Amino acid sequence: MDTLVAQLQRQFRDYTISLYHQGFLDDQFTELKKLQDECSPDFVAEVVSLFFEDCEKLIGNMARALDQTGNVDFSLVGSSVHQLKGSSSSVGAKRVKGLCVTFKECCDSQSFEGCVRCLQQVDIEYKSLKAKLQDLFNLEQQIVQAGGRIPQVDI
Amino acid sequence: MLEPELKLLYRINAQSWKDINVDVNHKVESRLKLKFLELELKLLHCLLTFTKQNVIEFDPLHINPNFSISVTVSNHMMEVCNCIEPQWPADELLMKYQYISDFFIAVAYFSIPLELIYFVKKSAVFPYRWVLVQFGAFIVLCGATHLINLWTFTTHSRTVALVMTTAKVLTAVVSCATALMLVHIIPDLLSVKTRELFLKNKAAELDREMGLIRTQEETGRHVRMLTHEIRSTLDRHTILKTTLVELGRTLALEECALWMPTRTGLELQLSYTLRQQHPVEYTVPIQLPVINQVFGTSRAVKISPNSPVARLRPVSGKYLLGEVVAVRVPLLHLSNFQINDWPELSTKRYALMVLMLPSDSARQWHVHELELVEVVADQVAVALSHAAILEESMRARDLLMEQNVALDIARREAETAIRARNDFLAVMNHEMRTPMHAIIALSSLLQETELTPEQRLMVETVLKSSSLLATLMNDVLDLSRLEDGSLQLELGTFNLHTLFREVLNLIKPIAVVKKLPITLNLAPDLPEFVVGDEKRLMQIILNIVGNAVKFSKQGSISVTALVTKSDNRAPPDFFVVPTGSHFYLRVKVKDLGAGINPQDIPKLFTKFAQTQSLATRSSGGSGLGLAISKRFVNLMEGNIWIESEGVGKGCTAIFDVKLAISNESKQSGIPKVPANPQHVNFAGLKVLVMDENGVSRMVTKGLLVHLGCEVTTVSSNEECLRVVSHEHRVVFMDVCTPGVENYQIALRIHEKFTKRHQRPLLVALTGNTDKSTKEKCMSFGLDGVLLKPVSLDNMRNVLSDLLEHRVLYEAM
Repeated sequence: MDTLVAQLQRQFRDYTISLYHQGFLDDQFTELKKLQDECSPDFVAEVVSLFFEDCEKLIGNMARALDQTGNVDFSLVGSSVHQLKGSSSSVGAKRVKGLCVTFKECCDSQSFEGCVRCLQQVDIEYKSLKAKLQDLFNLEQQIVQAGGRIPQVDI
Repeated sequence: MLEPELKLLYRINAQSWKDINVDVNHKVESRLKLKFLELELKLLHCLLTFTKQNVIEFDPLHINPNFSISVTVSNHMMEVCNCIEPQWPADELLMKYQYISDFFIAVAYFSIPLELIYFVKKSAVFPYRWVLVQFGAFIVLCGATHLINLWTFTTHSRTVALVMTTAKVLTAVVSCATALMLVHIIPDLLSVKTRELFLKNKAAELDREMGLIRTQEETGRHVRMLTHEIRSTLDRHTILKTTLVELGRTLALEECALWMPTRTGLELQLSYTLRQQHPVEYTVPIQLPVINQVFGTSRAVKISPNSPVARLRPVSGKYLLGEVVAVRVPLLHLSNFQINDWPELSTKRYALMVLMLPSDSARQWHVHELELVEVVADQVAVALSHAAILEESMRARDLLMEQNVALDIARREAETAIRARNDFLAVMNHEMRTPMHAIIALSSLLQETELTPEQRLMVETVLKSSSLLATLMNDVLDLSRLEDGSLQLELGTFNLHTLFREVLNLIKPIAVVKKLPITLNLAPDLPEFVVGDEKRLMQIILNIVGNAVKFSKQGSISVTALVTKSDNRAPPDFFVVPTGSHFYLRVKVKDLGAGINPQDIPKLFTKFAQTQSLATRSSGGSGLGLAISKRFVNLMEGNIWIESEGVGKGCTAIFDVKLAISNESKQSGIPKVPANPQHVNFAGLKVLVMDENGVSRMVTKGLLVHLGCEVTTVSSNEECLRVVSHEHRVVFMDVCTPGVENYQIALRIHEKFTKRHQRPLLVALTGNTDKSTKEKCMSFGLDGVLLKPVSLDNMRNVLSDLLEHRVLYEAM
């Protein structure tokens, strides 16, 4: 019978792999994980939470900008999208980054409906990523509490 | 309208005018009467004068204070004309009544318009105001006329007559006008009436429809409730029982029954009823026409109350049996259950639900009730299917659990067995080797001493037997380890050519003794230094060549080694694909010795099997050699086989193994993972990171910290200029944000640090690294460009290159 630790580790591995396969994360996230060691044990968690705060703020800005019906400041929206794209590519949030690319195009073509749609999608996407990463971190904590070691997952 | 008539109070009853004797000597009660009398007398006077009779005397009336008058009229000769017969009503009550009536008429005529105005003012809608005014005027004038009439009962002045006339004229005008207008108005009013009628009809219709919808809503609600009840349980019996109960309640049925098909499928058995607690278990054959009719359609079908499925109770003399409806309920066949296709087409089994209205109630099945029944039947089918699915899945799960348990037990047993065997082997290995070692050592020592030829022979035999035994033990141990997969190849770099030569050197003595020349051919393209398990490869070659020597009495033995290509002859289930730095080594050992019967070839590689020929017998061997060699070859991802044309025709043993080409010419092993010298280079390196994006900043900082740098971060150009100093060796700046300002910072830094060796190296982090970006960076004096996102290895390489060469434009 598998021990609890082994079960959790397997769960963790499977979940991580599924996140990569489903396109939520990409290699940049792997790089981030490499930077986490004894000196900075919470590096990934900190970066990721910073990223999500950033997301919220930027999405709020963009929503406010898009609310000014009639004279939407597309350049403001565009710069926020640019920032979001940069953040997401730094963290390895593949889907969010992809959505930002589309969003940028909508901004450049000044399409209001496109921007609104993209904004909604980005919102949904980052929230779902947040939930998934939260699950992942919970799994890590469980493994650590059960006395195991967080397995290295090679994609 | 009453004209003021002169009511003659006294009838002159005379035969002729001759003697008119009017005796009016009596009291007149009232002034009014007096007036009347006066008038009459005046008339009489006029009449008399008109007839030109002599009036002798006519005393003017004079009124006594006591209201008596005396009139004396003398005799005349007068013809009586019968045509004039003034009538003098004797009744003064009539007058009174007329007076009062006129008064009341006037009052009424005046009050009608008032009422009209009052009520019209109260109501908001009356479209004919002008008509009202006219009508009002008309009525008022009539009233006025009547009122004025009151004054004309007695003598009246000319003014009154004038007023009366004016009033009458006006009244005439207005009434004619009103009459004319009513011609226009009345059709309109009538049409209003028509419209009102129409609207009333419509309202009634809508009410009816509302009633209908409400009924439907009720029904719908019932259905939903029913469905909820039915679907809230997954137990077959509860589902069916609940259905019947709820249906019975909703539709107020007398009886409700469910007939289920029997196992054979040829009969329908009464399974559930609503009222009867213990239904009589009787069946009807399934091929009845009424049943076929019901099963043929998915709708609820009205059937006769006398059909066998509907006759559930003994007929108790009721006159009019209630109408009966039957509907089919599709059932799922549990054993052929397909998840993917809804068994609409595959199932042919139906249950029959029969519903009976109360007898003697003259109730009819309405359309919406039939629909309700059909819906319920569908829901029941769905609920039953769910119950069936649940049953099936529970069964499958139970089965799986059992299997799991069994497998678990088996696994544990196997593990125990393996452990037991390993323990045994380990113990035995040690236990056996120790005495073995002693025997061999002491025997060889003994060999060195002075021995008689017989003793020497005995000692040699002892030595040979014990070394054989030792080899056997090793082989068994190896094989058991090989079998349970715990053997792992020990990879190392070695010289292939040397290996072959060593093998040959080992075998040569025996071959020379047996007078079997051995030749070795190494292909020219055979790599010299390879990576593999040297010891085991030697074991394989030794085994094969040893076999060749052992089983040959004469002839020569040739050993060929080459790099094999995929089109070489190989057993059909094995394809050789050289990959990358690996290659397949093929070794062919050909001998012209005893040969092997082709039928025996498969047995060669099985453990402990030996061919029966005497020649092989005598040469000893445990029969394990080839099996072990095969195991090793398989471990090296290769294949081994033997070809022989028959007994006495020699045989060729061929094997392929996968080896890796070594890069180094030295014998020492090459580390597979490159060493990490970076920490030495970068420790304490001061760098500055400028990035507006917090997340990117953190990531870049993390990267550099991981590499051992001392990192300062800034988030804007101004801050960067403020903070940057000659201590910083490298500045990483993010130039992703659109705009040229980012590059200005590079110029400013150049301005700040005039001496070149003080200036920190500038690297741009950007999202795209096409030619234009690179040119731009170069033109602004940046020393390098990095593509975001940066990986750890990239950063490491970049930093080391940068610090070496102080310029970098290839990093990607």
